[in-house]
Amino acid sequence: MKLEKLIEDALIKAIRILPEDVEKAIRKAEKSESSEFGRIALKAIVDNIDIAREKNIPLCQDTGMFWCLAEIGRDARVNLKKLEASIIKGAKSAALNGYYRKSVVEDPIYDRKNTETNLPPIISYCLTEGDNITLSFLLKGFGSENCSSVRMLNPTAGEEGVINAVVDMMKAAGGKPCPPCFIGLGIGGTMDRAAFLSKKAFFRKGRESELEKKIKDRLNTLNIGPGGLGGENTVLSVQMLTEPTHIAGLPVAMTVNCWADRKAQVVILGGYDE
Amino acid sequence: MSRVLHLPFCEQELSSINCGDEVLISGILYVGRDQVHKRLFEAIVSGAELPFDFNGNAIYYMGPSPAPEGFAIGSAGPTTSARMDPFSPLLLKHGLRVMVGKGPRSKDVVDAVKEYRGLYLQAYGGCGALYCSTIKSVESIAYPELGPEALIKLEVENFPAFCIIDSRGNSFR
Repeated sequence: MKLEKLIEDALIKAIRILPEDVEKAIRKAEKSESSEFGRIALKAIVDNIDIAREKNIPLCQDTGMFWCLAEIGRDARVNLKKLEASIIKGAKSAALNGYYRKSVVEDPIYDRKNTETNLPPIISYCLTEGDNITLSFLLKGFGSENCSSVRMLNPTAGEEGVINAVVDMMKAAGGKPCPPCFIGLGIGGTMDRAAFLSKKAFFRKGRESELEKKIKDRLNTLNIGPGGLGGENTVLSVQMLTEPTHIAGLPVAMTVNCWADRKAQVVILGGYDE
Repeated sequence: MSRVLHLPFCEQELSSINCGDEVLISGILYVGRDQVHKRLFEAIVSGAELPFDFNGNAIYYMGPSPAPEGFAIGSAGPTTSARMDPFSPLLLKHGLRVMVGKGPRSKDVVDAVKEYRGLYLQAYGGCGALYCSTIKSVESIAYPELGPEALIKLEVENFPAFCIIDSRGNSFR
């Protein structure tokens, strides 16, 4: 199948059906939530997941902005021009054929004219090990994105400083980002690098680290709860990436994803040079 | 407690709803979000005619995804209410009483709801497919150039919501 079609299909599915682990975490929360009101919100969310699947319509009307991380193996065969064109065409077709809401405007400050295509996607190209190309997509809704943020901490702030910064940002978010949320953290680098890592973190593989668990547990004591109605399920996962930084700083970035943690991934084995 | 709200509302039903109640809405629901609020606000300030009568009506903060064939509307869940906070008190002052959105409101909005005996209901965030199934019909009212943000009118049946601020100004949590 052509790459742009693979991308289109993955993106059409992603706004209707959640990744398996995400759906599982939500269903588990619905069974375990002790707040009566939190359970009401979770019940609506679970019903919504079922209706979206059954009727084949988007889980949420905010079908998000296309965010794509293109990781290119240093040994991959690649025609960059065609790769870029396929990502853009695949996204454009998904928006049209998948009944995405037209959610992107051209000029952010003045006329805010809709591009009518959901383009441009936000694409970051990175080099990595191996000979594959991996395209990782987030369908970034803005109810949650408006709650994402970066803090530049003092270099001596340490673990407690990081935890407090994240707790502070989540308190400010409150019920706005459609909790229970999925949290991406980027720590280190520069301000922009930390922000980038906080999105890349959603594709981090492997087991939950000790600090991720500590942060998750702290956030779940805030009693924001599902739908902001209270309860212990404020976040269902925290994923973190760290990188070297400057002696004078400790950047901490948080990306908030709503419960509809929509993602897609397309892996092209050996590269793409057709 | 479970309550029902028929729209356009009657005073008795509106005042029977308390914060913390689950509310099933049926009837007419006008839809407008950021840009519509900016325009309604400007219309009030400049004394221009409003595109719909606030009296007895409710506004839902929402911008739907496109309707597939055989559907009245696409996914149709609430957007974040806080962005409407700068505009809502003036709208309440001019007769709007019922708002439906998601998430917390500012103190100014809570105060205005109390002063004008309004109601702020929360719809369940992200549940666009669920709300799609409660919407029977859609009619275009104004500002079609705003695309998914246009002012439209819905007919809904058993639209589930939750009362966050009641007409006495009591807030949930």
